[in-house]
Amino acid sequence: MIFEWLHPLLIATALLLAVIGAVRRVKLWRAGQPDQVDLMAGLMAMPGRYLHDLHDIVERDKYMSRTHAATGGGFVLSALLIMLVHLLGIDSQILAWALLASLALMFVGALFVFKRRLNPPSRISKGPWMRLPKSLLAFAVGFFVLTLPAAGVLSDGFMSQVGGVLLTLVLTALIIWGMGELFFGMTWGGPMKHAFAGALHLAFHRRQERFGGGRSTGLKPLDLSLATEVGGVLGVAKPTDFKWNQLLGFDACVQCGKCEAVCPAFAAGQPLNPKKLIQDMVVGLAGGSDAKYAGSPYPGIEVGNAKGGPNQIITDGLLAPETLWSCTTCRACVEECPMMIEHVDAIVDMRRFLTMEKGSTPNKGAEVLDNIIATDNPNGYAPASRTHWAADQNLPLMRDVKQAEVLFWVSDGAFDMRSQRILRAFVKLLKAAKVDFAVLGDEELDCGDVARRLGDDATFQNLAKRNLAVLSQYKFSKIVTTDPHAYHCLRNEYNDFGSDALNGVEVFHHTTFLNSLVQQGSLQLDPFIGGKVTYHDPCYLGRYNGEYEAPRELLRSMGIEIAEMERSGFRSRCCGGGGGAPITDIPGERRIADMRMEDANETGAELVAVGCQQCTAMLEGVVEPRPQVKDIAEILVGQLVDPTANGLAKEVH
Amino acid sequence: MQPNSSQKLKIVTLVSVGKHPQSGRVRRADQDSRAVELGLRLSADQADGLVVLHAGDPNEPSLRSYAGMGLTAINVLQLDPAADAVAPLGEQLHQSGADIVLTGVRAESGEGSGMLPYQLAEKLGWSIVPRVADIVSVKEGVAEVLQALPRGQRRAVKVRLPFIASIDTAAPMARQSAFGPAQRAAMTVTVVNAETDTLRQSWHEAVAKKRPKRLKVIKAKTAAERFKAATAKSQSEGGRIMKQESAGEQAQAILDLLVEEGVLR
Repeated sequence: MIFEWLHPLLIATALLLAVIGAVRRVKLWRAGQPDQVDLMAGLMAMPGRYLHDLHDIVERDKYMSRTHAATGGGFVLSALLIMLVHLLGIDSQILAWALLASLALMFVGALFVFKRRLNPPSRISKGPWMRLPKSLLAFAVGFFVLTLPAAGVLSDGFMSQVGGVLLTLVLTALIIWGMGELFFGMTWGGPMKHAFAGALHLAFHRRQERFGGGRSTGLKPLDLSLATEVGGVLGVAKPTDFKWNQLLGFDACVQCGKCEAVCPAFAAGQPLNPKKLIQDMVVGLAGGSDAKYAGSPYPGIEVGNAKGGPNQIITDGLLAPETLWSCTTCRACVEECPMMIEHVDAIVDMRRFLTMEKGSTPNKGAEVLDNIIATDNPNGYAPASRTHWAADQNLPLMRDVKQAEVLFWVSDGAFDMRSQRILRAFVKLLKAAKVDFAVLGDEELDCGDVARRLGDDATFQNLAKRNLAVLSQYKFSKIVTTDPHAYHCLRNEYNDFGSDALNGVEVFHHTTFLNSLVQQGSLQLDPFIGGKVTYHDPCYLGRYNGEYEAPRELLRSMGIEIAEMERSGFRSRCCGGGGGAPITDIPGERRIADMRMEDANETGAELVAVGCQQCTAMLEGVVEPRPQVKDIAEILVGQLVDPTANGLAKEVH
Repeated sequence: MQPNSSQKLKIVTLVSVGKHPQSGRVRRADQDSRAVELGLRLSADQADGLVVLHAGDPNEPSLRSYAGMGLTAINVLQLDPAADAVAPLGEQLHQSGADIVLTGVRAESGEGSGMLPYQLAEKLGWSIVPRVADIVSVKEGVAEVLQALPRGQRRAVKVRLPFIASIDTAAPMARQSAFGPAQRAAMTVTVVNAETDTLRQSWHEAVAKKRPKRLKVIKAKTAAERFKAATAKSQSEGGRIMKQESAGEQAQAILDLLVEEGVLR
C-alpha cells in the first residue's frame, strides 16, 4: 500500500522546503544593520513572551484569543506529533490519540477562523488570508483521517478496501494543501509566515524592556558620527539601513489591521495606514511590488504602484514621504499591535533620512527646525524673552537659589499666551501648596521633542546635552512639567547622553505631582459644579508613560464623575498635535482634532479636561459650538480653597 | 528660470557669516543663502555646478549650514579677521572667470555696509544689478534679470555677462539645510594675504539702538476733536516742496531740518 512511503516522504519534503525557506528568509533579515541582542536568552524567553505579553494583547479580543489559542496551539502540538507519528513512524496509540485530539482542537479553532472570515471587518487583509482557514481545515482533516489507522480506530487495510485510489488521492491532496500552507508557506512568505517570523521577533525584539509588563517608548539616539563615515547615512534610506531585528519585526505582521482601526491619520483620510506601511517594508526587504497587498490602501493612494528592494531608497517608489509625515507618533498602533511591532520607530528612522540627509521636511518643518537651532524655541522668539510670561509671578530662579526641592520645567508653553494660562494656574497651585520650587528661566531650552520627531536628531541631541549641562549645575530631587512631551523627553530620552544630571531625580507630569499634593492634603479643593466633564488622555502622558490614573483621581477629588469617551485610557485618540504633525500639516479629508471633539461631544460633556498644552491648542482650534477645553491645573485653580479667605469666612459665621 | 544649457555658466556665490536677529547667534545669512539657492537652481543641470566662496575663517560653524543645502565643497579664502576682503575676493573672481557673481544685499554681521558688491564690480569693471529677485534666463551672453522693487513690483533688466547681482529677500527661499551634507562638505582653504582695513580698526563698535519714536501729543480739547484725530487720515503737516530753488538752498533746507530735529549737532 502506497501510504507507507508516500506520506512520510511528503512530510519530509515539506519540512525540508520549509527549512530552505527559513534560511532564505533569515538571510533577508540579516541584510539589516547589526543590533545587540542576546540570542540565546531571547529564544529561551520566547515561549513565555508568547504566552504572556503577546497573549495579553490578543486577549483584549476574547473571541480572537480563544480562536487563536485553539488553532495555533492545536497546530503546534499537531506538527510535533506528526513528526513523531508519521515521519519517524513511532508506533504508539497514545501518541496517535494525542495527535487526533490536537487535530480536533485545531479543527474547531479553524472553524471559528472560518466564521470570522465570512464577513470580515474592513481592517482585515483579504487575499491569501481568506484561504488560510480552509488550509487549516484541510490540514486538520487530512491528517486526522491519516492518523485514524495508527490510533487503531480503523484497520490498516481500511483505506485500500473502501475508498481505494480515490480516497488516497483526496487525502494526499488535502495533506499537500495543508502542508503547503502551514509548513512551506510559513517560510516562503504565505500568511503563516507570521508564526515563524513572529516567534523569532518575540525572541529578538529591539525593545526587550517591553516584555513582562515593562514600557519602552523613548526613541533610540542616532549615531551622528555616521555622517562623516565613508558610505555612512543618517537615518534609514534603504530597507537594509534598518536594524536586522526591525526587518524581522515587519515580517511578523499578521495584517489584522488593529493599527489601521486606531490610527488617527488613517481615520482623517491622510495618506497613512500603519498596516500598509509595515507591508511596504516587507515588500522592501524582500523586493517586489505591493500588487498582492489585499488590505485597505493609504487613503488617496492606489495600491499596486509601489516598488522596492532591499537596496533601493524607500521614498523613491516604495512609499510617499507624505505617508511618513502624516504620523502623529501617538503610538496607538504600537499599543494595539498583537505582534508588538514598532511602527513609530520605523517612521522616525525614515524621517531622519528625509530631514538630515535630504533636507526635505515639508511645509513649516524647515523653518521650525531653523528657529530651534537659532533660538532654542520653535517660533524664533528672542531667547531672552522666555520668562516674560512670569514677569508678575516672582518665580525663584535656579541661577539665584542653586537648589530647590522641585524644578518646574516651564517648556515652550512660556511663549504661547494660551499655554501661559496653564503655567500661571500651576504656579498658583504650587504656591498654595507651599512647594519649594524654582525655574531655570532663560537657561531652559526647548526640550527637543519636536526636532526629534521631525527627524532632526542632531538638533535634539544638541538641545538635550545643553539642557543636561544646565541641569547638572543645580540641586533638586524632582522635575515637574505641565508638558507631557517635555516630560517624556526628560524622563525617557535624556538618559542616553551619559549625563548624571538626572541621577536620583524623579520626573513628574504636573497631574501626577498635583495628585500627590491633593492626596496629602496640601491643597484644599471645593467640589466642582459645572456640568459634565470628560477627560482626554494625552498620548505622551498615557501610552508613552502609562499615566492614566492620576489625572482621573484629581478630577474625582473635586467630585467630578468623569464621562469617559469611547476611546479613552490606552485607547485614547490623539488630538493631532504630536510628532510635528501640525507643522508638516499633510492634508486629509478631516482634521484629527475635529474627530476627537466629536468623541467628546458624544459624551455630552460641557468641559473637556486636558493635561497637555498641545492638546489644549488642538482641541480649542475646533470651531464652536463645542465643549470648553481646560487643563486640569486650570480646573483645580478654580476650585482652590484659599486658606485665608476660608478663615475669614469661619470668623463671620 | 530657464538657463540656456548650451553654454556653460560659471556661477560664484559669495557667502558671509549671518547673525540671527533675535538671538544674535551665527547662522547662514538670509540673503546669502537665497543667493546660494539661486546659484544652485541656475547651475542645476551642470556638472561642475556652483562655486561658493567665503573670505574669512574656514572653521566658522555657520559655513556648515550653507554646505547643508547640498554643497560638496566651500572655497574659503583664509584671511586675518581685521583684513579687508575686497581685494583678495576681486583677485579670486578675476582669476576664476566667473560669469555671474551672486551676493547678498548686505551682510548681517561685521560692517554690513552693503558696499562689497559695488566695490567688487568697480574693481572688476563689471555691471552690478542690485536687489535681484530672480534670474529668468541667460541667452547668448545676456541675462534677463528681475529686480525687486517695493510693494512686490518687479523690474525686468537685461545685463551682459559677466555681472554681479546682489540678491534681495524677495528671491526664492533658501532650501533646508540638512545635517548630513553639512558635515560632509569639504572646506577648500586658500591662505591669502590682504591689507589690514586700517580705517575700520579706528572705529568704535556699539550695539545699534532703535530710533526713538516721537510721542504723540494729544492736543484735542473736546471729544469731537479727539474723535477727529483718531479717525482722520494722518496727513503730513509742515514740510515744503522745493522745486524751483537752487541746489544750495535745497541743501540748506535739509541741513536746517536735520539740526532742528537734533540729528546733527
